[in-house]
Amino acid sequence: MSYVAAKGGRKAIQAANEAMEYLRTRNTDQSALLLETIKTQLHGLLSRVLSEGGLYSEELAALAIKQAAGDTLEAAYYLRAHRSACPRLGETPVHCGSEMRVIRRVSAAFKDIPGGQILGPTPDYLQRLFRFELLKEDQQAFSEVTQRWFATPGMDTEIPDTFPKVLDALRAEGLLPPAEDAAEKRPFDITREPLVFPLPRSAGLSIMARGETGSVLAMGYSNMRGYGDVHPTVAELRVGYLPITVPHSVTGEPVEAGEILMTECEVVAMFEADEEGAPPVFTLGYGACFGRNEAKAVCMAVLDRSMDIGRKQGPSNPSEDEEFVLLHVDGIESMGFATHYKMPHYITFESDLDRIRQARNAAGKGEDA
Amino acid sequence: MNTAKRKIPFGFIDDQAKREIRRSILKAIAIPGYQTPYSSREMPMARGFGTGGLQLTLSLVGRQDVVKVIDQGSDDSVNAVNIRQFVQDVCEGVQTTLRTQEASLIQTRHRIPEVPLREDQVLVFQVPYPDSLVIVESNEATRKCMHGEGDYSRLLVKLYEDMVHFKKITLSHRYPTQIHTHYVIDPSPIPRYDVPRLHQAPNLFLFGAGREKKIYAVPPYTEARPLVLDDIPFEVEDFTHPETGDRYCCEVCGSDRSFLEEFKQADGGSVWQCSDTDFCASMLEAAEAAEGVI
Repeated sequence: MSYVAAKGGRKAIQAANEAMEYLRTRNTDQSALLLETIKTQLHGLLSRVLSEGGLYSEELAALAIKQAAGDTLEAAYYLRAHRSACPRLGETPVHCGSEMRVIRRVSAAFKDIPGGQILGPTPDYLQRLFRFELLKEDQQAFSEVTQRWFATPGMDTEIPDTFPKVLDALRAEGLLPPAEDAAEKRPFDITREPLVFPLPRSAGLSIMARGETGSVLAMGYSNMRGYGDVHPTVAELRVGYLPITVPHSVTGEPVEAGEILMTECEVVAMFEADEEGAPPVFTLGYGACFGRNEAKAVCMAVLDRSMDIGRKQGPSNPSEDEEFVLLHVDGIESMGFATHYKMPHYITFESDLDRIRQARNAAGKGEDA
Repeated sequence: MNTAKRKIPFGFIDDQAKREIRRSILKAIAIPGYQTPYSSREMPMARGFGTGGLQLTLSLVGRQDVVKVIDQGSDDSVNAVNIRQFVQDVCEGVQTTLRTQEASLIQTRHRIPEVPLREDQVLVFQVPYPDSLVIVESNEATRKCMHGEGDYSRLLVKLYEDMVHFKKITLSHRYPTQIHTHYVIDPSPIPRYDVPRLHQAPNLFLFGAGREKKIYAVPPYTEARPLVLDDIPFEVEDFTHPETGDRYCCEVCGSDRSFLEEFKQADGGSVWQCSDTDFCASMLEAAEAAEGVI
C-alpha cells in the first residue's frame, strides 16, 4: 500500500547513526585524531567549544569536537548535556580577572599602561596569506619552531604573576562609577534558577558568556554599526590563566583547584547625565568567556553596556533589549529549534490544510461573516 | 581520563534538577494554566526535539511506570523511537509500551491519544511555544503582565480580524485555550480536534517547554475552553468530503471517528489514515476478532 507512512523508525535511526560514523572514519589510511592534537593544533576551535559549552574541561571539549566532527554547535551541546547529569559538588567564591596569569593584555585607551602592554599570541597581525609550506609539515618542522621560540632573546625575562587593571587607575581618578562589591552579591545562576525578566546583570553576563560566538558577534556588531550608540573604548583586553580556588572541605580556606584559560574585556563608554547633579562618570561594559575568544568578549562587553542603557531608558534598538539579546544568543537553543523544523509536522499541516480549504470555501460561497 | 563507560544516574538528570522540576510541576498544578518558569537542563537531544517533555518524563518516572512515547500519534516516528530508546537506556527497569491503555506515563508530540485517558495516567506534552499571547505580543515581560490581568483582548481582536479577512478563524493548531476561567494556554501544537478533550478529563496533562523554560498543567477535571467569539462557534478539523458530505474513513481500520492524516496519491487524490497508530491497530484487531467469532 503506497499510502502507508514510513515504518521502521528504529532501523532508520540506527542506519543514519552508522552512516555518520562511517563519514568520520571512511579513510582507513588515516590515523584517528588524538585529543592532544585537537587541544594544541585546533586550540581556536577548542576555545570556542569550551566557551559555548559552559563546562571547562579541555579533555571533554576535545572529545566533543572529535565526536561532532568539528561542528561547533554540536560539540558545545555534548558539554552542556554532560553537565546536566553531573551533581553540583561545590561553588567557588567570586574571582577577579586581576588574579589572572596573563599571556596577553592590551589597552586601546592608553599608549602605556602600568605593567605594560603585552601583545602575546594573537592572530591580529598575521597576514592572511597562505603558507603553502604547511601542506607538507613534519615533526622536524615542529621541533624547529620550538627551538627558535625558546632561543628568542629575552625569553628568560621575569614577568610578574599578575598585572594591575587599567580600570583601577581610572577609578582612582574618580572617572568611573564605584565598583559593586561582587563578593557580597550572590551571582544569578542561570543553570539553576528560572529566568524571569527583567534579569539581574549577572544573569545576562552568564548567558552571554555561554552564547554562540556568531550570535554574540552579530548582536554586538549591530550596535557598533549604528543600531545603538555605545562607542566603546577597550580599556583592557586580557587573555590568560585564572587560578580557580574552592573552599577546602575541612578548613573552608580557599585552595587552588586548577586554572582556566579566559578572555576578559572591559570597555569604557561615554558618560550619562546624572539627575542628582553628581559629576559625570564614564560608563562600563564587561565581557568574559572561557578560552581565547576575543571578538566574543568585545561584543559581550558592548552588549552589557547597551542592555544597561535599555534597562534605564527603555530599549530603542535590538541590542538594548535584554530579552531580545539574551533569548537569542544561545547556540544550543537556536540550533535545536531551527533544526526541529525538519521533524514531522503532518498533524499541524493537516490542520493548516483544513483551515485554508475552509477559508477558500467560505470565500467562494460568499458566506456571511 | 577514565575510558570506561561513565555511569549515568537513573533518569539522567541530577537529583537537584529533578527536585526543582517536581516542585515546578506542583506549582503548575496548583495554578492551572500558569506558565511556571524553571531553569531547564540541556538534554542529550536537541532543543526543539522534546527536551521539555523529556525533563518532565524523567523527573516523574519510577521503576513501576510503563512509558509510551508518541510523535504525530505514532510510536514508530523517528523522534518517538529515539526518546523511548533514551528513556529505556537511562531508566533501568522501566517498561515501555506501544499500547495507550497499558501506559502510566505518555509523552506526546502534537496529539492526544484517541482513547480517553484514565485518572491513573499522565499525559506529557512537548511544547515549542508555551505562550498563546506570542501571536500578538513578542515581549515576554509584557505577556506576563497580560496573563496576570487576564487580558486576552488582543487575541480576541485577532479572531475578529480573521473573520473579517477570511470569514474563518485561521488558527489551525496550538489553539488558545482558557483554563479554569483564567489563564489562556498554548495547548502545544495539537490539532483543534484534540482541544475539547482537555476539558474535564480524568487525567493530568503536563506541558513542558524546555527551550522556553516553562512548565504548565491542566489538572484532572478542570475546565478547558477554546477562546472564541460568542457568536462564532469553535470548529474542529473537517474530515467530510466537500461534495458528498460523507466523513472520510481510515484506509486501514475503517474508523470514521478518529483524527486522520492525509496521504497524497500519484493520481492527485488523497487517502486517509488514523494518526493514532495504536488506536488504528486496536480497531483492526477488534475487527479481526469479530470476524473470527463469525
